[in-house]
Amino acid sequence: MNPRGTQLAIEAERYELRAAPMHRFDLVRRDFFKVFGAGVAVFCVASRTASAQESGRGGHRRDDEEEPKDITSWLHIGEDGVVTAFTGKVEIGQNIRTSLAQSVADELHVPFESVRMVMGDTALTPYDMGTFGSRTTPTMAPQLRRVANAARDLLVQEAAKEWGIASDGLVARDAKVNDPGSGRSISYAKLASGKLLAKDLPDADPITPAPDWTVAGKAMPKVDARDFVTGRHQYTTDLRPAGLIYGKVLRPASFGAKLLSLDASAAQAMPGVKVVRDGDFVGVTAPSEAAAARAIAAMKSKWSETKQPSSRELFSYLKSNVEDGADSRGGKVAGSVDDGMSRAAHKLAQTYTVEYIAHTPLEPRAAVAEWKDGGVTVWTGTQRPFGVREELVDAFHLPKEKVRVIVPDTGSAYGGKHTGDAAIEAARLARTAGRPVKLVWTREEEFTWAYFRPAGVMDVRGGVAADGTLTAWEFHNYNSGASGIGIPYVVANQRVQFHETKSPLRQGSYRGLAATANHFARECAMDELAHAAGMDPLDFRLKNISDTRLRDVFVAAAKKFGWPAKKAVPGQGFGIGGGIEKAGYVATCAEVAVDRASGSVRIVRVVTAFECGAIVNPDGLRHQVIGANIMGLGGALFEAIAFENGRISNPHFAKYRVPRFKDVPEIEAVLLDRKDIPSAGAGETPIVGIAPAIGNAIFDACGVRLRSLPMVPNGLKA
Amino acid sequence: MSQSTFGLSVNGKKYSVKAEADTPLLFVLRDEIGLTGTKYGCGEGQCGACTVVLNGVARRSCLTPVADAVGKSITTIEGLERSGELHPVQAAFVEAGAFQCAYCTSGMIMGSVALLEKNSNPSDAEIVAGLQGNICRCGAHPRIVEAVRIAAKGMKEQRASSVTVAAPMWDRGSEGQPAEGAL
Repeated sequence: MNPRGTQLAIEAERYELRAAPMHRFDLVRRDFFKVFGAGVAVFCVASRTASAQESGRGGHRRDDEEEPKDITSWLHIGEDGVVTAFTGKVEIGQNIRTSLAQSVADELHVPFESVRMVMGDTALTPYDMGTFGSRTTPTMAPQLRRVANAARDLLVQEAAKEWGIASDGLVARDAKVNDPGSGRSISYAKLASGKLLAKDLPDADPITPAPDWTVAGKAMPKVDARDFVTGRHQYTTDLRPAGLIYGKVLRPASFGAKLLSLDASAAQAMPGVKVVRDGDFVGVTAPSEAAAARAIAAMKSKWSETKQPSSRELFSYLKSNVEDGADSRGGKVAGSVDDGMSRAAHKLAQTYTVEYIAHTPLEPRAAVAEWKDGGVTVWTGTQRPFGVREELVDAFHLPKEKVRVIVPDTGSAYGGKHTGDAAIEAARLARTAGRPVKLVWTREEEFTWAYFRPAGVMDVRGGVAADGTLTAWEFHNYNSGASGIGIPYVVANQRVQFHETKSPLRQGSYRGLAATANHFARECAMDELAHAAGMDPLDFRLKNISDTRLRDVFVAAAKKFGWPAKKAVPGQGFGIGGGIEKAGYVATCAEVAVDRASGSVRIVRVVTAFECGAIVNPDGLRHQVIGANIMGLGGALFEAIAFENGRISNPHFAKYRVPRFKDVPEIEAVLLDRKDIPSAGAGETPIVGIAPAIGNAIFDACGVRLRSLPMVPNGLKA
Repeated sequence: MSQSTFGLSVNGKKYSVKAEADTPLLFVLRDEIGLTGTKYGCGEGQCGACTVVLNGVARRSCLTPVADAVGKSITTIEGLERSGELHPVQAAFVEAGAFQCAYCTSGMIMGSVALLEKNSNPSDAEIVAGLQGNICRCGAHPRIVEAVRIAAKGMKEQRASSVTVAAPMWDRGSEGQPAEGAL
C-alpha cells in the first residue's frame, strides 16, 4: 500500500484534462432533499460552462467513475431562508469560503450573512478535481453565480405563480421578490417553504457583470474570524471523536528502503499499544501521542537501502538525467535563435538554478480515520478530497460509496497537500484498532516524507540589438517545470523548452509551480541584458512589451515604488521583475541593503502591483499578494532542502530557515481592478516577482550577480 | 516511564491529569483536557504555534514538561474571552484581519498578550522582536504587527477609561476579580 514514486503527476498542468459527462441527476436529487430538507435547489452542469475540463480527471482518472462529475456545484435555499452553497473546493487560508459566499450573495441578492458554504466533503459536495492552479475564482465563483442566478429566477417564477401574475417586472432584492406594481413582497424563505423544487441550469444563464456587483468587489473580512481567534475552530489535528486513540508510523531509514527485519516486542508490551505490520508498512496505535512515539522509538528495525544522490551533486545530476519524452508543455520555437543572436549587439548565456524547497504548512499533514459498517470516514487537510477518496478506495479495495473524505478548513497547504499519505496511514491503523485513530505528522516527517517543490536548472541565451530590442531568446528548464516558461516580451527568434529529468527527491506542486524558477531566470537574464545594453531595467522591459496589461503592472509598481530610485547609502540597491502567469499580471520592485563584509542581505522595501481582472474581495486579495511576497522571500533568500543518500539533512525549522518577522520588509500591494476582465485566481502568481526583484537589487547594490536560489546562504560570502 | 497524577490550573480551573512527568504540556492540554486551541506546529520550540502563558510569561508548551507546569497559572487561547467578550488582543486580530489559514493565530495571540503584559506600549521593533519566535507561513506578519499596535492602543484607552477593567490573565486574581495592574 501507499506506493511512493519520486515523481508525482499532480501539477494541474500535468493533468490530461478529459471531461466525460455522466448524467446521474436522479441519484443526486433523490438524496438531496433527504439530507438538506425542503426548499429550492439548483444544480450547475459543468458541460454547459466554459470550464467543463475542470471536472475532468487526468493522471488519477479511473474509467469506472460513476459520480455525476458534470455537476460542479449546487445550492439550496431552506425554509428558514438560509442559503447553503456546495462546492468541492477547500479552504486552506486563501479565504475562498469568504469570497465564494460573496459571489453567491451578490448573484442571489441576499445578505452576505445568510450564505453558508459547505466545502470539501465527498458525501455532501459535488466532485471537484481539487483546489489548485488558482482555479477557484475564475471557475468556481462563476459557476456558483450561475447557480445562484438560476435560483433567483426560479424564486421569481414562484412568486409570480403565488400572486397569479406574470413574472415580468418582478424584482428580486434583499432575499425577497418584490412586485413594484402593487408594492407587495414575499421572502425567499416563504417561497421555499414546503417545496421540493429542483432545477438544472438553463442554457442561457447570464450572470451579473462586475461593474454591477454589490456584495462582491468589496472588502470582506474572513468569515468565522471569531472562531479562529478563540481557538474554537477545529482543524483536522484538533478533532477528538469518542474513543479516539493515536497513531504513528515507523519511517524507513532512507527513501525507498525495504524492511529486512523488525523486532516490535518492546512496543507490543507497552500498555494499550497495538502494532500493525502490513508489508513494509509498520505503525502503532496507543492511548496517547506520547505513548505512540515511545512505542515507535522502542522498535528495532533493519532496512535494505539503496545509494542515492546528494544535494551537492543536484544540478549536475539533473542535467545528466534528462528524460525528454512526450511532455513538451510550454515549448515554443519561432524564427531562428542563431540568426537573432548574430544580429545582437549584446549577448548573454547564463545558467540559473533553484533548489528543492519544502511547503512547511504550519498544520502538518494529519488525518482522523474511523471505520463503520465496512466503510471509512477520514477527516484530513488536503487540497484534493476526491483524489484522496480515490487513494483510499485503491488502498483498501473499497467501493467509492464506502469512503468519505471531509476537509476541515485547513492550516494551509501551498500546493503541498495534494496527496492522502496521512489519510491512508490513519485509515490503515484504524482498521486494525477498530476505533477512530488520529495521526499527525511530526515536523520532521513533514520535512522528510512529504514532497518538495522541484529543483531546476535553467539555461538561458539572449541577444539585444544596439537600440535595446530583443533579437533572440533561448530558454531551457530542466526538471522544475513549464509553468511561466514562456517569455512575455516581444522577440521574433525564440526557442523555449522544458526538459523532464529524473528527480532525486519526491516532488510535486508548490504555490506558483515552476513559474517562480522560470521568472527568476528570465527576469534576472533580462536585467543582465539591460545592463549589457546600458539601459534602465524598467525602460528595457517597457521597450520590449506589447501586452498593455503587463505594461500597466510594471508602470504601477514603478510609480508606487519611485523607480528609478537614487542610491543614498552604500549597499543600497533596487531591482524589478515581473510577468504573466495563470491569467494574472505581476510586477515587483524591491529595495535591499547589502553588507559585503558579512554577506548579509536585508530586504528593506517591496512594492508588488497585481492585476487579475475584476477583484472579488480586495481585502483577501491584498492578503494573498502580500503573503505570497513574504513566502517568496524564503525561497529567494534562504530556503533549501539538503539531502544525502536518501535522507533529508535539515528536517527542522532550526536548520531550514523560513521567513520570520525580522525578515519582513515594508511591503505594499498595488491592486489594479479591471472590472471589464473576468476574474483570475490570485493565490499563486503574486509570488513570482519577488526573487528576481531581489536578485536584481543585490546586483544593483554591489555588482554581484546571484544566479542560484536561495541567494543568501552561499552567494555573498567572499 | 510510569504515570503520575498532576494538578494543573488552566484558565482558572483546576484539572487533575494522569501523565508521564516528561509529557509535553501541549499534549496534556490538547488530548487530556481537550483544549485544542493550542496548536502543534513543530514540537521543537521553533514555531510558537503552541505558545501558552505560564505565570504571565509566554512559554512553548511543546517543550514544557507537564511536571513543570504544576502550581503555575496556565492561560491558553480559550482563557482570554470573558463573558462572551473578546480579549483586546483577540479583537485586534479580528479588526486587522491578522490571519489567513489562522493556524498560527493562537500562538501569535498568546505571544502578543504576554508581550503587552511586559510592555504596554511596544515599538514596532519590540513587537517584531517579541514575535520573532512565532512562524506564520501565510505571510500575515504586517497585519499581526498592526493588530498588536491596535491592541496596545485599545488596552491603554481601556485602562484610562475604567479602573475595573477585566483582567485577561487568570493568574492575576481569582475569577471575575481583576487585580490591580492586571493589564
